[in-house]
Amino acid sequence: MRDWNMKGRDRQARLEAGRRLASGKVVAAQDLVAFLEAVLRPGDRVCLEGDNQKQADVLAKALAKVDPAKVHDLHMVQSGVVLPEHLDIFETGIARRLDFSYSGPQSARIARMMFGGRIELGAVHTYLELFARYFIDLTPQVALIAAVSADRAGNLYTGPNTEDTPTVVEATSFGKGLVIAQVGEIVDQVPRVDIPADQVHFVVNAQRPFYVEPLFTRDPAAITETQILTAMLAIKGLYAPYGVRRLNHGIGFNTAAIELLLPTYGERLGLKGKVCTHWALNPHPTLIPAIESGWVEQIHCFGSEVGMEDYMRARPDIFFTGPDGSLRSNRAFCQTAGLYACDMFIGSTLQIDLAGNSSTITGSRVAGFGGAPNMGSDARGRRHPSAPWLRAGQEADPTGAPALRRGRKLVIQIGETFGDGNAPMFVERLSALDLADKLDLDLAPVMVYGDDVTHIVTEEGVANLLLCRDKDEREQAIRGVAGYTEVGRARDRKMVERLRERKVIQRPEDLGIDPLDADRSLLVARSIKDLMIASGGLYRPPSRFRNW
Amino acid sequence: MENLRYELSTTTPAGGTRAVALVGVVASGNLEVLLERGEAPDRCVIDIATPAHGFADLWQAVTADFAARSAAGGLRITVNDGGARPDTVALRLAQGVRLMEKPE
Repeated sequence: MRDWNMKGRDRQARLEAGRRLASGKVVAAQDLVAFLEAVLRPGDRVCLEGDNQKQADVLAKALAKVDPAKVHDLHMVQSGVVLPEHLDIFETGIARRLDFSYSGPQSARIARMMFGGRIELGAVHTYLELFARYFIDLTPQVALIAAVSADRAGNLYTGPNTEDTPTVVEATSFGKGLVIAQVGEIVDQVPRVDIPADQVHFVVNAQRPFYVEPLFTRDPAAITETQILTAMLAIKGLYAPYGVRRLNHGIGFNTAAIELLLPTYGERLGLKGKVCTHWALNPHPTLIPAIESGWVEQIHCFGSEVGMEDYMRARPDIFFTGPDGSLRSNRAFCQTAGLYACDMFIGSTLQIDLAGNSSTITGSRVAGFGGAPNMGSDARGRRHPSAPWLRAGQEADPTGAPALRRGRKLVIQIGETFGDGNAPMFVERLSALDLADKLDLDLAPVMVYGDDVTHIVTEEGVANLLLCRDKDEREQAIRGVAGYTEVGRARDRKMVERLRERKVIQRPEDLGIDPLDADRSLLVARSIKDLMIASGGLYRPPSRFRNW
Repeated sequence: MENLRYELSTTTPAGGTRAVALVGVVASGNLEVLLERGEAPDRCVIDIATPAHGFADLWQAVTADFAARSAAGGLRITVNDGGARPDTVALRLAQGVRLMEKPE
């Protein structure tokens, strides 16, 4: 007769092996390596929690020390490949196969190891896509996660940086896998229960907080006048006419400039209350002045941001906070919110080709995507109407039957025509294609596909790709805002002028934007210190951003 | 230092009455633009001093677009470049023309 509970019995065996090295659920830090050798089996699918921000760093270090003769060929399924140990385990043979989303700081090494055959790559995913696979074909047998604190029963408090944890635990625990948490301390009572104890099998007291990186702090002092001009074009040329209330911003300086222009330029245009009221957004310090001046009604966060904790605690009407008062972030829910409930995504990129495909791959780096491909895509399953969505759909298909016509999410790429090191943002061929050739990938790592992009904004103007009727028009609309890059200079000038007459391209002068306004005095805050003051001292910038 | 001069025909004469305007600063990645009147109303002369050699074709493109798009007729413009990118140059030139239109 068939055994219908093999997975449950497998977990039971691991639990018993683990309990020999634990006191109740608590594993002592000095026993951690032996404990992992006892509960892990060769070939296991393992989620070593590496999120965009927080890292299960103590568990990562211990995993890198297990004996490869006992634990080997693991299949790692984790969103972030961030710490050196995340890749060290592939050097020693502890792990062999990798499915991930984002690898920012490890992007060059991961490419080298893939090329050298040390890593067998499953795929590079968007966050939501990898989370989805946790429930279908990549369910972890073991999850190694990170929390702020635990009680003795194993209830976990994940605090502001809850991020991926509930998703990882849901899939692992209910999929008959084993959940092991590192915590900063063990307390009598956790401030709130983010993960219930019956979903957590073991707890390791790391006796220090998990590693977390401030990723979303942009210093207003570094914002250029060209970025201010580009931000004005976005506000007057897109936010105002579409009336975008529900949106997500990327993490670059261009969108930081927009956030800092809302209380000045946006106010002057009479847009307060009409745009930017509801957000799927990490807690960007540069949004503080807009929040303080009453622009923002509500923000749901993917993660937290170092230094923003007290500010968010003091603004519970704006942020999602728990009974303990601190932020509750959740990457899976916020990604879903960005996909289905936002009318606009706007973000920067490093390269855009003539079809509008964009990529952040340059040279030999596999940086992954994080959430951008999900935020920056049209949700084909969306059914609720909104004014910006309907208008975008109408622009794309003016003759279609209105009641049967899909709306379109506004997916906007914004940047200066020349980026860091004078690298042109517009290229004939994406570097991602060279990387795909080199690593023999089936798919080039494209961040936002051209058919999802609706607008491109540069200092030269706004290109509305929804209004382009064929491939040639699209190419010339892109060339028409590509400035003095080689792509821009190779434009068909007559066609670009015709596109401008149809408002496919709009220049600053077409929108009545005064170039004299492109001045740093238009920024509502011009330094990190200004942001701190705007928050009434509640925002506590990390020391690296304090230069006073 | 490379010195470049462009004598351009324009479509629109400069507005306003201000005799002179100065925008920007000479700093790395930035530039200073001095605008004066004194040329024929259908003409604009731009003198450039730049530390970056070999970008004459780019200066040619930026100044030609500027003359075609802006109310630059009658202006004599002196550029002190600090190695600015083309987008910054175009912004400064546009700011200079706007400043000439403003009352002092």
